[in-house]
Formats: sequence, C-alpha cells, structure tokens
Amino acid sequence: MKPHENLDPLVIAGKPYSSRLLIGTGKYQDFAETKAAVEASGAQIVTVAIRRTNIGQDPKQPSLLDYLPPSKYTLLPNTAGCYTAEDAVRTLRLARELLDGHDLVKLEVLGDPHTLYPNVVDTLAAAKTLVAEGFKVMVYTSDDPIVAKRLEEIGCVAVMPLASLIGSGMGILNPWNLQIIIGNAKVPVLVDAGVGTASDAAIAMELGCDGVLMNTAIAAAKNPVLMASAMKKAVEAGREAFLAGRMPKKLYSAAASSPTSGLITPSTRSA
Amino acid sequence: MILVTVNGEPRQLDAPVNCAELLARLELAGKRVALERNGEIVPRSRFPEQMLADGDRLEIVVAVGGG
Repeated sequence: MKPHENLDPLVIAGKPYSSRLLIGTGKYQDFAETKAAVEASGAQIVTVAIRRTNIGQDPKQPSLLDYLPPSKYTLLPNTAGCYTAEDAVRTLRLARELLDGHDLVKLEVLGDPHTLYPNVVDTLAAAKTLVAEGFKVMVYTSDDPIVAKRLEEIGCVAVMPLASLIGSGMGILNPWNLQIIIGNAKVPVLVDAGVGTASDAAIAMELGCDGVLMNTAIAAAKNPVLMASAMKKAVEAGREAFLAGRMPKKLYSAAASSPTSGLITPSTRSA
Repeated sequence: MILVTVNGEPRQLDAPVNCAELLARLELAGKRVALERNGEIVPRSRFPEQMLADGDRLEIVVAVGGG
C-alpha cells in the first residue's frame, strides 16, 4: 500500500478502505477469472448475489467463496433480481445470516427487467426497514438528487447513483445531477452502474465521487484482467486529480504556459 | 413421512427430521448456506434443534457471483 493511500481512505460506516474501486463478481467465465480480475482491480469490497443453492450438485464443486474468502474480502451481498421491497429485505436478512452477521449490504430494487432501472419507491421503503433492523445499507438509486438525499436521511451509509443503465457501458450521462448529489451528501457517494471504460471511472472521481462500483465494464471487456488493472489506475488517477484541484476551464486564455520574452524569432505584428 | 418444499421442489422426508439432518441428506452439510423456513430465517446455530413439519416451505441459499 502506497503511503498516500493511508491518508485518503474511503470510509464507509466508520470503516476505512484504501481502495475506492468496488467490483461485482458476476458475468465472468469462471471463478479463476473472477479472482484474477478482483486481484488486478485492487478491490477490497466485492458484491455477491444470493441465490437458491443447486441441490444434487457435486458437493466437491468449489464455490465462489473458496476463491474470494470472507477473511480476505468484504463481501457485499446485493439484492439483484428483486423487484419489491419485501423481496429485497428478505434477501438481505438471508445474506446477513449467510455471512455470519456481517451487515454491510447493497440494496437495489429494480423496476423493469428490460432496462433494470431502479424502482426508487420500493427502494425507499426497503431502506427504511433495513436501517431499522440494523443493516448498514449502501443503496443503488437513480440520479435523482431528492431521492438520493432522502435515502441518506433514512440512514443509508452510502448512496450509489447510476451513471447510466446497468450493463449499458454508457458512462456518466448526467454529470450535473451527480454533482448536485455529491454537493448535498454527507455520506459517501459512489457511482454504481453504467461505467464502460477507464475514463468513465476517472470522470466519476474527478466530479468528486468517493468511489466507483462496476461489474460489466470489467467482466465484459475482451481482457477483463487488463481492464480491471486499468480501472484501478483510473479510480486512483481521478481521485488524485480531484484532490489536486483542476485548473479552470476557459473559452480561451491569453496566459501562455511558456515565457513570451526572449524569443529568438522577432514577432511581426500586423498593422 | 412428511412432505416439504425445498427451493420450490417437493420432497418427501422420513420424520422426525431437523434442519441439520435435511442439509446432510441434501449433501449440503458443512457448506455455507442460509435457510429460511416458512419465511423465517433459521439461524445456523439452531439447525440441529429446528424440526421440520409437514407442509414446510424451505429456501436454502448461497452466495454466487453477481454485480
């Protein structure tokens, strides 16, 4: 770990993490590729889904947690595939039991199986229930600044607005809303969904996001492990650029970067 | 004999049977699973005590890859 990483941790529910890149574990070819991508990304927090176990499967078959042990990673159970608050809450209660009481969770309630756009109404309802039951909720939501603030007020530990639709790779479609959400938030804001390539992640961090969560951008790249490495650098670069304080944008500037005196060629001025 | 539903599939079991025994019969003993019985979570510590009853609806879940 580089020295500066210790000085700028991502703090979620009071716990510091040196990596601001969180990744999902879906859509990979196999567990080995998943593990290699996670390692290349430097991610410490990885999302997992909760599903019925296959009964009758060979008990000697490895499971995801054999490759990504809870002792080494913070596993963030999600509620992917849930379309109601009730199902999301049920899923996360099971997840907490599955992971020995770990209660840092990702809440997502989807509204539409085609676009996978979030159902913010049920998301708000589920968040209220989960927070009351002691869960630490990182909540996936739209880029609606009012909803984002409401979720924070309910007690979510992080707010995670989409950049664009899940799996679309379109990058940040509305940087203005994202900036408003970041400006209003007192909890970490992580862009979740829609990141497609490294520059998208860097832009998110330059806007002031505290972190980025992605899955498809890495898993669906032609070389996922290489993309994971790119994303690690992109998040770090974007964060440093944000902390460095960028120069202002201007339409034009007469302030050249090089001295204007001492030129070897005399300048001719037109009359 | 009792008839229960496990992950949506009906199963006939010799009674009496508790959750731990069910998992063993399904070759899931020692695997990291969570179990819900009729909508309520059965904590892992209670697997040997929790008896199953005729008509029980059970969900047994694991962590899998997901975004």
